[in-house]
Amino acid sequence: MNSLLGALAWLGDPVNWTGERGIPVRLLEHLGITSAAVLVAAVIAVSLGLYIGHTGRLSFLVVSTTGALRALPTLGLLVLFALWLGVGIGPVILVLVILAIPPLLAGAYAGVESVDRGTIDAARAMGMTEWQILTRVEIPLGLPIIVGGLRSAVLQVVATATIAAYLPIGGLGRYIFDYLPLRRFEPVFAGAILVTLLALVLEGVFAALQRLTVPKGVRILQGSPAARGGSGRARVELASGSPAATAHAQGASGPPQRRSDSVSAENSTSLPTQ
Amino acid sequence: MTWVLANIEQIWRLTLDHIALSVPPIILGFLIAVPLGWIAHRYRPSRGAILTVSGLLYTIPGIALFLSLPVILGTRILDPLNVVVGMTIYAVALLARTAADAFDAVSNDVRQSSVAVGYGPVRRFFVVELPLAGPVLLSGLRVVSASTVSLVSIGSLIGVSSLGYFFLNGLNRRFPTEIFTGIVGVILIAVVFDLLLVVMGRLVLPWAHVSRRRESSSRRAIA
Repeated sequence: MNSLLGALAWLGDPVNWTGERGIPVRLLEHLGITSAAVLVAAVIAVSLGLYIGHTGRLSFLVVSTTGALRALPTLGLLVLFALWLGVGIGPVILVLVILAIPPLLAGAYAGVESVDRGTIDAARAMGMTEWQILTRVEIPLGLPIIVGGLRSAVLQVVATATIAAYLPIGGLGRYIFDYLPLRRFEPVFAGAILVTLLALVLEGVFAALQRLTVPKGVRILQGSPAARGGSGRARVELASGSPAATAHAQGASGPPQRRSDSVSAENSTSLPTQ
Repeated sequence: MTWVLANIEQIWRLTLDHIALSVPPIILGFLIAVPLGWIAHRYRPSRGAILTVSGLLYTIPGIALFLSLPVILGTRILDPLNVVVGMTIYAVALLARTAADAFDAVSNDVRQSSVAVGYGPVRRFFVVELPLAGPVLLSGLRVVSASTVSLVSIGSLIGVSSLGYFFLNGLNRRFPTEIFTGIVGVILIAVVFDLLLVVMGRLVLPWAHVSRRRESSSRRAIA
């Protein structure tokens, strides 16, 4: 308990809130690294996932990337890239991008996949172009699941950016790796507390965002407020809107029941790969 | 390659350390998560609480969890127990949700039939619900196994011996072969564990892959 009090005292000390090693600067660095990596990964993975979900082509890519990357130790990849590309922010961002791609890809794919086939056929029958179907039907209806993929990606990247501070980069992990060798545990614990708080806050923000992105029509159809977005399956139901579509969507994105490597934006991809 | 041969003893020792850190969390996680998942499935009011808490525990970054546990458990900061307990927490957090979903997916007709032919609650759980939830639990366990094996290596950052040692030492010595050996070792352990789980699944749930094959062929017929 002493070390906890020490960490809290350290957190309360105004000295640690100023200067270029202060908490606000470290926090911004952490958020900067995280958002840079997630943005780059999103450009690649979300567009690819939407393409795969819309056309149904290349869907093996989703299953194979989520499966293969699960066992890959991020720390090993991080130090290997640092050796090859030189110590700096570049290799760190690269590894974080690689890490963020599978959940984003799976989320985008599962989001589009979850939309009721009947709805898409109806849109096509009304004369919508493929682009219109994607942007006005599939993306809005699948958005909660797409955001779910973003949520797992952000959490993994935030956690891994912490251990990336083993290399000389910024972020909240600095407090852990600067003071651990000195056996000064107050800043180490404080760093751990700060990173945990950051992860919890981001989790809350994205959970809220996920609820907000449920289209109004689906919410009305469902007859219940967005509060139902609690479990992965409820989200799939909300996004697809009809019982028949739910059964279909669960085959693709529900609990991995039929295929052992089933792609689920919720279960299979939200791994703490720090 | 010469480095690998010259250091085969150390590689083997660290591999054993890595396995010793990975196995208890996988087994303990399963033993704790299955009853929790069943409670979440059976008693609706508990569901939100169990799944929310496990979701939040899951959110804590690994290194932060390893460093916080000594404060809570009173262990020393370099104690391997921190890694084992931390990984067990992750395993439970991940599997509790899978288990709840798995028990939800058991057909209610089957459950009611078993009540009708006179199965008590305990026998119903072990003879009907658990086997039917088995395939989903197994796939959840495979995910947990892979992520545990991979995550144990970050314990090396706080001085707990595992194959992760090669990552840090390889970086210090600027020696990619050593890092590579560590990565390959971790992936090999993960693959072996996965195969073991699949084989165990075949033995314990012999019907699972038969029905899956039948189902996928019927799905193809529909498509």
